[in-house]
Amino acid sequence: MMLRTWMIMWKEFRQIARDPRMLTVVVALPTFMILLYGYAINLDVRDVRMAVYDQSRSRQSRELVDAFARSGYFHIIAYPEDDREVTALLDGGRARMVLIIPVRFARRLADGDTAPVQILVDGADSTTASTALGYVAGIVQEYSSRVALVTVYRAGLTMRGAWKPVENRTRYWYNPELRSNNFTIPGLIAVILMVLSALLTSVTVVRERERGTIEGLLVSPVRPMELMLGKLAPYVLIAFGDVLLVMAISSAVFHVPLVGSPALVLALAGIFVIAVLGIGLLISTVAPTQQLAMVAAVMATQLPTVLLSGFIFPISSMPKAIQLLSNILPATHFIRILRGIFLKGNDLAILWQPALVLAAIAVAMVLLSANRFRRTL
Amino acid sequence: MTLTSNEYAVTISDLVKKFGSFTAVDDVSLTVGRGEIFGFLGANGAGKSTTIRILCGILAPTSGSGTVAGMDIVRETEKIKTRIGYMSQRFSLYEDLTVTENIKFFGEVYGVYGERLAQRTAWILEMANLRERRDSLTGELAMGWKQRLALGCAMVHEPDILFLDEPTAGVDPASRRRFWELIYTVAEQGVTVFVTTHYMDEAEHCDRMALMHRGRIIALGTPAELKERYIAGTLLEVWAEPMMAALECLNSLPVVREVAMFGSALHVVVGSLEDVDSLRAALETMDIRIERIEPARPSLEDVFVALIEHAERGA
Repeated sequence: MMLRTWMIMWKEFRQIARDPRMLTVVVALPTFMILLYGYAINLDVRDVRMAVYDQSRSRQSRELVDAFARSGYFHIIAYPEDDREVTALLDGGRARMVLIIPVRFARRLADGDTAPVQILVDGADSTTASTALGYVAGIVQEYSSRVALVTVYRAGLTMRGAWKPVENRTRYWYNPELRSNNFTIPGLIAVILMVLSALLTSVTVVRERERGTIEGLLVSPVRPMELMLGKLAPYVLIAFGDVLLVMAISSAVFHVPLVGSPALVLALAGIFVIAVLGIGLLISTVAPTQQLAMVAAVMATQLPTVLLSGFIFPISSMPKAIQLLSNILPATHFIRILRGIFLKGNDLAILWQPALVLAAIAVAMVLLSANRFRRTL
Repeated sequence: MTLTSNEYAVTISDLVKKFGSFTAVDDVSLTVGRGEIFGFLGANGAGKSTTIRILCGILAPTSGSGTVAGMDIVRETEKIKTRIGYMSQRFSLYEDLTVTENIKFFGEVYGVYGERLAQRTAWILEMANLRERRDSLTGELAMGWKQRLALGCAMVHEPDILFLDEPTAGVDPASRRRFWELIYTVAEQGVTVFVTTHYMDEAEHCDRMALMHRGRIIALGTPAELKERYIAGTLLEVWAEPMMAALECLNSLPVVREVAMFGSALHVVVGSLEDVDSLRAALETMDIRIERIEPARPSLEDVFVALIEHAERGA
């Protein structure tokens, strides 16, 4: 049993070593993917292009505009003079947002009235729009309370310092600077390993079938389970090398901190990789040709993982049926694990559940493959 | 040849294999004695490979029973696998492994390792004449060498029975001859060889054979028995000009049982040698020039052509 499994593994290693395409898939593909996605997927909203139509032209209005400029989130690119110009700026996409300060702005403030300002936002890009509006609310709130203070002071009331009735002091835990890379890169590691691992094993069994070498194995005393384990083992090592590669890049290039235990990340990555290699193996026992197996492997992993694993889009806002689907994806659980360990320093006491699910998927995939293989002789 | 039951390498009775509504193997029964070279003949799709696959434990029969090396072909497939060697019609070694790597792989898979593996490797390299190419990638070898290596790998664990499924398909005649010499050597060492082919000249090398047609066995016996049993009468070879006229003329004679074109001559089956005179007379009256009339030894091809025509007419 051990010897036969070992021999299958030995044979696979020899074949892998003689296949020059393998190096491309194993080294170039993950490097390319993490750099491409890592730089392209950036959810930070900074330097939003904004225009200001200041009808008030007062000291107060300039103070407000200044508050926007200093915040760092907005980049003022134009000062339109009439409504048509405002429309043109938004239509052409040159500005994402326009701040309109009415003529009577300063006057109303002086009278102690509420002075409305108008914000026009390009809602076509809803993600950027809602993030930017959050910043706008903060800036306007801040300015507003300063004006209130000054007014109270002038009225003859004195207060110690800048008194605010209630002040919220928000602290972002785990990712204090809210760097979106810290959120996306751990997810990206899962996406890349998912696509790559499934691809690696997807051709191993079909190739034997296409080349006719399967016959020699079938008449030999090799059992289906020995064949599956022997085929899996070399790719577990290779995929593990890729775990190290993408983790090294994520820390060296994207400076994602690893708060928790590196050993725990590697151990759980090992389980994840086996689960996904198992999916590839299962595809390989079903697919009629190598080409089809590779296409199926990419289709079955890339899109579902990007969309459903919580890599970018929160699972909690998906419909219930889709949530079920996302829960059978190994990547969903691995992303939970990666974010937990990388950013929060979680240990197994917290992460045992996703770890257990991954292990269950891994075992199920290998058993299913061996069973499929036995039935499709 | 008489055999007691424990001398059988292979027994099959009433074997049936259906794929959906298609019956690939239709009620086949036969026995193969230990140390025999047993030929399994028939056209492509006649059911030869399916039968072999059932015997090797890759396929389960729809019904019927059988034994290989005394073990049941349904319940003891895993035990059977360790006692047999199999070489498929498609080349089934790893082309991206070297010659010795292939031997090592198949050897260890069959539990042959260490000193015994070294001995077997040396024997295979010697047998296949591959010593100088031991470190070549298998994919770079010529077809004849690949076949011999495949035979060697199928025998690395010294099996009792060798199943060879069209082992010489696509191999040049010289390599085919060498291959059959190897089969003889192997059989002399007591190994039973069960070989399928559709080359009639190869069939002559077999101790016994079965002819398969549309899933059924339509003839079974030694080459001599088959020739005797299925060609009743005497076979004559007739060279005459013009040939088509001679064919028509002979076909109309009552003493002639069968006429067929065979290369540049006609093969004519008659009751006995004494009928030669009446043949001459008939041809001469038709102004046909006779070059030669000679008694001929029937080839297996004559037998099989006759048998298959008979089976087709019956069907």
